[in-house]
Amino acid sequence: MSGALPAMKTVNTAVRETAPMIELKDIHKAFNQGQHNEFRALKGIDLELPEKQVTVLCGPSGSGKTSLLSIIGCLSRPTSGRVRLRGRDISGLPERFLTDIRRRTFGFVFQQFNLIKGMSALENVMLPAYPLGGDWRQLRDAAERLLAELKLGHRSAARVEWLSGGEQQRVAIARALINAPDVIIADEPTANLDTALSLEFMGILEKLVDDGKTVLLTSHDPLVVGSSLVQRVVEMRDGRIVPHVYVETA
Amino acid sequence: MKIWIEKQKYLIDYTLASLARRKVKNAGLLVVYSVLVFVLASVMLFTHALRHEARTVLEGAPEVVLQRMVAGRHDLIPPGYLERLGRIRGVQSQEGRLWGYYYDSVVKANYTFMAPNTEAEAIAPGNIVVGPAMARVRGLAAGDVLTLRAYTGKLTRFTVARILPQDSELVSADLVLMSSDDFRSFFDMPAGHFTDIALRVANPQEVRNVAAKLAAQFPDSRPILREEILRTYESIFNWREGIVLLLSSLAVLAFVIFAWDKASGLAADEKREIGILKAIGWETGDVIRMKFWEAALISVFAFLIGYLAAYVHVFHLASALFAPVLKGWAVLYPRFKLSPVIDGLQVATLFFFTVFPYAAATLVPIWRAAITDPDAVMR
Ligand SMILES: Nc1ncnc2c1ncn2[C@@H]1O[C@H](COP(=O)(O)OP(=O)(O)OP(=O)(O)O)[C@@H](O)[C@H]1O
Ligand SMILES: [Mg+2]
Repeated sequence: MSGALPAMKTVNTAVRETAPMIELKDIHKAFNQGQHNEFRALKGIDLELPEKQVTVLCGPSGSGKTSLLSIIGCLSRPTSGRVRLRGRDISGLPERFLTDIRRRTFGFVFQQFNLIKGMSALENVMLPAYPLGGDWRQLRDAAERLLAELKLGHRSAARVEWLSGGEQQRVAIARALINAPDVIIADEPTANLDTALSLEFMGILEKLVDDGKTVLLTSHDPLVVGSSLVQRVVEMRDGRIVPHVYVETA
Repeated sequence: MKIWIEKQKYLIDYTLASLARRKVKNAGLLVVYSVLVFVLASVMLFTHALRHEARTVLEGAPEVVLQRMVAGRHDLIPPGYLERLGRIRGVQSQEGRLWGYYYDSVVKANYTFMAPNTEAEAIAPGNIVVGPAMARVRGLAAGDVLTLRAYTGKLTRFTVARILPQDSELVSADLVLMSSDDFRSFFDMPAGHFTDIALRVANPQEVRNVAAKLAAQFPDSRPILREEILRTYESIFNWREGIVLLLSSLAVLAFVIFAWDKASGLAADEKREIGILKAIGWETGDVIRMKFWEAALISVFAFLIGYLAAYVHVFHLASALFAPVLKGWAVLYPRFKLSPVIDGLQVATLFFFTVFPYAAATLVPIWRAAITDPDAVMR
């Protein structure tokens, strides 16, 4: 798989421009634990994600990228191991706190976009803020602004199932940004897009980087992996990180 | 606090949008639910109002009625009985009553004929006063002439003096009032005879004593106590209500199964939606609260619609749908105008037995879906 990484640069783990935002220690994830169909998707992951950088997880299908992304984004818990967020151990926190952290820290762009059908783009963008109970008008304005920034202002009242794939993804991105999270997590963001739309996504990614977001992506797409925006590429295989192909692009 | 309220507003907002998105399904649910509440509430309102009515009527009834029996059958009271009664201690007043049934072959209905005793209600010979239902059936108005075939075979003409008011139609609907003399000659009854004797007993404690003394003094007669009639009425009502309630509980059961089925087969898209909401930062509690509002809105709406419809049905449309089952004793179906009576406890019971099973049936599977990790939406 390392052959598929076109812009491989020298490995340089010693230089750290910023402190790690997220730190993983010996993460294991087993599905259906204790049952005959037990499957160990992650087998001891150690990883640090620096702040304000773009990291890409790559690797073959089934290597555990999505599983790892879920754990980092507090969507699921590791079977064992520690997760630290800005130095704070969050692996043992009860669901309520974890949800609160997820809401404020992470914005997700799912591979299937996961927009709620039947609702307008604007409503979809506003959804993550509902449980915060803030002012409705401010929230709506913020959502409008995000959609406008993503060149979707004119489609904000449209129901999401009427939007094209690229438009849907931009709605999903706006939704990921509505609670102003520090970390954006996107699973295979270009898998459903053609080249033109993928390039558009990279443009948005650039803006996110400029805004100082920490970005974590999974991707097979050379367009993403090889992009100059990506500082680090982490390759996975069989639930482990492949050593030495741990790449940092300058 | 303000945040909490804002949050509930958002949740309700979302709920409304979500209800609107699944219009057909929710409308269907609402209809089934409302019909169920409607049937149950109709039964409850009807029987309750009926019982209330009967009790009101019986309140004015005499404590004891003395009937003479001949060979085990009700017979006329001969002259002299009334005078002998006056000497029983505890009896405040007594009066001989004249009443009976008359079958009108024209409309195939039974009327109740009565000769009122009190001076105030006295009716001039040749006149009658008729109940509202009868007036309706025979198309009578004050001043009309009605010809009835008396027991002697003679056709007798009566002038309708007035129509009784609708107040308590259950009892007065098929009533025909006339003077004592007219009554006796119509039914070919000898003078001085009565149908039965009504006794007033001031002290409720004395009623049983008086009854015992009556039984001893008039071995050919039988005292009927008001409290016994009340009990009989109650048991008749309870029995009828029991049948209907049995059927209704089957309906409730069916509804619970329906709700359970609907909810436990939580549609895939609904499950996905729950997953998405959790993944984008909703807490399990938020999701459940949102779904709670959904269930609450549907149940409360259905309850209101069903209950209001039942109210209209029972009190304005005279329980058209199942009065024949519940009444049954009157051939001439009185077109009831039951006076509206609502019993708070009954409303609460009904609310509990419809809203609660629905809420439980929908919320349990939602709770199960909501507590799972949201990472499922990642794949
Ligand atoms: N809920 C689950 N139950 C059982 N096995 C699971 C579950 N989720 C994931 N797996 C398994 O764990 C392994 C890793 O899955 P994961 O989705 O993380 O792979 P991936 O690297 O994202 O693959 P892809 O590139 O195809 O998206 C797979 O073999 C998958 O079948
Ligand atoms: Mg994946």
